[in-house]
Amino acid sequence: MTHLGYLLAGWSISLISLSIYAWRVVRKGKQLTQQVPQDRQRWMTSSTD
Amino acid sequence: MQRTEKQEFTTSRGTRFMGISLLIGIPTLLIFSFLLSPADDNMDDAVRLIYVHVPMAIFAYVAIITTGIGSVFYLWKKSRWWDTVAHASAEIGLMLCGLVLVTGSIWGRPTWNTWWEWGDVRLVTTLVLFLMILGYLALRQVPANPDLRAKRASVVGIIAAVNIPIVNRSVEWWENNTLHQKSSLTDGKLENLTLFTLFLGFIVVGISFLWLMTHRFRVGWLAAEIETEGIAGVIEERLNEANSGAANPNYQQKDDV
Repeated sequence: MTHLGYLLAGWSISLISLSIYAWRVVRKGKQLTQQVPQDRQRWMTSSTD
Repeated sequence: MQRTEKQEFTTSRGTRFMGISLLIGIPTLLIFSFLLSPADDNMDDAVRLIYVHVPMAIFAYVAIITTGIGSVFYLWKKSRWWDTVAHASAEIGLMLCGLVLVTGSIWGRPTWNTWWEWGDVRLVTTLVLFLMILGYLALRQVPANPDLRAKRASVVGIIAAVNIPIVNRSVEWWENNTLHQKSSLTDGKLENLTLFTLFLGFIVVGISFLWLMTHRFRVGWLAAEIETEGIAGVIEERLNEANSGAANPNYQQKDDV
């Protein structure tokens, strides 16, 4: 396979960056849900939950 | 159905379903991108970067257009919901736009023999878009009351969204000033498996966008609740102080001394 280094760099930067961002958002969500009273947690569930 | 147990995450049935889809979709996309799809006649194996670069570019557009729509509706309806949508979408748009610039640069090196070309209108307009969204998010960090902050940011959000058609059409409007080719999707030149892998990339990046958007929106909503609570708490505290000061004769005496 040609250009393997470029391919691995591009894919791994994309996947790792998005994974770190996703992890940070979920962690922040966990922190904030503990600070907000449940009666003020609107939009937190799917309609089927 | 209303939950009875205490909610501890911004996760719901919908996000769990999307998350499981991604756990299956990402490895499948990798298998198709690296093993099953053929190399391109012109780009060789560098075409395998296109399966993540192009979908991220399209969903960066979607994210920033969502910010624009959210901004318009905020200015119209003064709804916190729309402001939260605009903010969440801008953050994801910045992330995707940044990754588009990086993966595009990595793809450009073996294909065009350059990391960056200042004369290319698509590259420069994408960089301008990235900087505008960065400005939008920076403006949201400037201390101000929530309404004023949202109003200022909305103006920048709308301007950024207006930039999208310019970025997208730039390769046609200034075709002599770009290394980018015109859309490969619409000219029917892609092979079946290449086209399938590209569409798989769109589905995977699309689900990732929706998953991130849902979680980021909920985080934004909770942060706004805490901020509102904080402002309401300070006002209540000041009112209590004022009331207790008026009711307490010692308060006035102390003040006079």
